[in-house]
Amino acid sequence: MHDFTPVPALIGGALIGLASVWLLAANGRIAGVSNILHGLFEQPVPAWRAWFIGGLLVAGVAWQFATGPVPLREGFPLGWAAAAGLLVGFGTRLGSGCTSGHGVCGLGRLSARSLVAVATFMATGAIAVYLMRHVLKVAS
Amino acid sequence: MMKQLAAGAAGLVFGIGLWVSGMADPRKVIGFLDVTGAWDASLALVMGGAVVATLAGFRIVKQRAKPLFDERFHLPTRKDIDLPLVAGAALFGMGWGIAGYCPGPALTALATLSAEALVFVAAMVAGGLLQRAIFRPA
Repeated sequence: MHDFTPVPALIGGALIGLASVWLLAANGRIAGVSNILHGLFEQPVPAWRAWFIGGLLVAGVAWQFATGPVPLREGFPLGWAAAAGLLVGFGTRLGSGCTSGHGVCGLGRLSARSLVAVATFMATGAIAVYLMRHVLKVAS
Repeated sequence: MMKQLAAGAAGLVFGIGLWVSGMADPRKVIGFLDVTGAWDASLALVMGGAVVATLAGFRIVKQRAKPLFDERFHLPTRKDIDLPLVAGAALFGMGWGIAGYCPGPALTALATLSAEALVFVAAMVAGGLLQRAIFRPA
């Protein structure tokens, strides 16, 4: 087991879950980040979507302000970053969700669709890491 | 205005959760998905902690007739497990494993101004628009 950090993982996970509960309680909305993002490019754009994404960005700024500059990964090929982004954008829209919408919220709603989606993206994610790290040996 | 502020607060707490948990670091994500190598189980606890909160919290929230700042709950109604769901999840997982970013962490990582996060997010938006262009409802 490498770099196992159970306590921050649980606390951070609980914050993510509580934020999702809050969005449902306040606005009646599912905190699915991919759906919220894709919705920014549809007309009309409900303003709450932009505010949620804005909150994510402010969190990144605030975190660095509080803890100092975060150590960034270096040397990851940008071509792979672009390919991965295309797959994530296309796949989350086709499959109606990502780690938050299907994972955090869908599992919390006991949705069978989300359980299938989570099992599928965990499996292909593990296969992709196996290929990238152990077969193609791309730096990550 | 309350809807916007509520959503902004949700995004902020969600994002802080991503940083606290380590999920905003793509190396941590890849360590979790690297089941045949140097496996780091931490992200299972991120998901576990989050789902415990939603399982309990959603149950309480849904006892209310309506949300605080809206007239109704906007919940997915589909139950069918179809090819787009599985194919989309499969493609998403591949991208997640390649770069170590899913949408939330990639967006909050934009604040580091790292080139890989910027490229990833631009491509993610393009991928979503490409999907819509191909599958535009007739």
